[in-house]
Amino acid sequence: MGIEIFYFLIFPGLLFSGIIGGLISWVDRKITARVQFREGPPLFQPLYDVVKLLGKETIVPLHGSVTTFILAPVFALFGAAISAVFILLPVLGLETGFAGDIIVIVYLLNIPSFTYIMGALASGNPLAAVGASREMKLILSYEMPFLLVLIAIIIKSGMTISLSQIIAYQAANGAFIGSLSGIIGFITVLMCIQAKMGLIPFDMAEGEGEICDGVIIEFSGSILAFFKLTKYMMFFALPALVTGLFFGGLSLSGINILWSILKVFVVVLLMTLLRNTNPRVRIEQAMKFFWLWMNLFAVISIVLALLGI
Amino acid sequence: MGIKEFCFKKSLWVFHLSAGSCNNCDIEILDLLTPRYDVERFGMKLVGSIRHADVLLVTGIVTNKTKPRVLEVYEQAPKPIIVIAVGACPCTGGIFASGYNFAGPLDKVIPVDAYIPGCPPKPEAMLAGIMKLLSPPAPQQNKA
Repeated sequence: MGIEIFYFLIFPGLLFSGIIGGLISWVDRKITARVQFREGPPLFQPLYDVVKLLGKETIVPLHGSVTTFILAPVFALFGAAISAVFILLPVLGLETGFAGDIIVIVYLLNIPSFTYIMGALASGNPLAAVGASREMKLILSYEMPFLLVLIAIIIKSGMTISLSQIIAYQAANGAFIGSLSGIIGFITVLMCIQAKMGLIPFDMAEGEGEICDGVIIEFSGSILAFFKLTKYMMFFALPALVTGLFFGGLSLSGINILWSILKVFVVVLLMTLLRNTNPRVRIEQAMKFFWLWMNLFAVISIVLALLGI
Repeated sequence: MGIKEFCFKKSLWVFHLSAGSCNNCDIEILDLLTPRYDVERFGMKLVGSIRHADVLLVTGIVTNKTKPRVLEVYEQAPKPIIVIAVGACPCTGGIFASGYNFAGPLDKVIPVDAYIPGCPPKPEAMLAGIMKLLSPPAPQQNKA
């Protein structure tokens, strides 16, 4: 019992993934600034933001469901923490996990998105309702190609549905990114996690321009800090999942730690550059993109994986 | 200075409210985000919702029509909040001070922490004003 609480609160869970996620979000903002020929924020900026938000007043909307409004960010934080635990334990090679944990991870990764929707609808703000409906359509769009690529990976790894066995298969037979179906699957998953994170080509749920931060418009103070922490953790957990699925996992022993940092950094760099070089698309364009093109890519990946390429 | 105040000063999120301006100060505020001035290196950024804001920038004269709106936005903001009047109009009224719909300078409506005069003020002046507000006051020296 004690070790599970340690896993959840300290090492791969709340504290560790929060700190590393904050660092990754700083890297993201710094790269964005350098792309735009700016200086960028200081290293501890994510920490300053979260501590400042924890010390501010929290305003509860008059016309809304107060309990849901306050509990939604808490559940988002716990969902992100527990999905970080389930992803990082096998990816870092600490524990083997159990058979079928990749299916559990797919469900757990959806908890933050659903709590965004619930919190936004509980706030009673019309702009938040618009943002929530866009987030819902986005989930409907990106879930299917994500699951199809997971099927391709399960086929490639000899029908195992455990993340640690997928990583062990890659350690024996080479990383999946080295094959054609792996490359196509990687492009698809990159687009899906871009939409899961709400980064720019698919950030219509939080459009600053027209709906004023959308789903999080009514959140202030410490509950907004919980949403920020959730974003930081997902920014670490999703690239870590991608490295586990395509690059053969991470390792914390000796010199391998540099190689692990490089793997995560490459995924974060691709996400950041994708975000900086694209405009926001409309919601129906995003749905068309995922349902038509990304599903096509994922099906091609499955066919290639069945052929063994 | 506690860690709370330190982090507050290091991460100011700015909400921009135009109370009836001629759009000149607003463009100068947007200049602060450009690569030449880059306020993100001080941790500041523009936010879209007053619920996230730490700083309320008000531009333009407060007219009889916008006065209730300014009050409402100020009441919606989570405290503590810093109010900054940007430009000659919210500071004094400027050339509209004798207008029929002028509802008084901004400090007659809500408490103001800093005034940045100018028509429009340069981005350097805005940065200098915010930095002077945030840095601790220099010890007063009595002139003999």
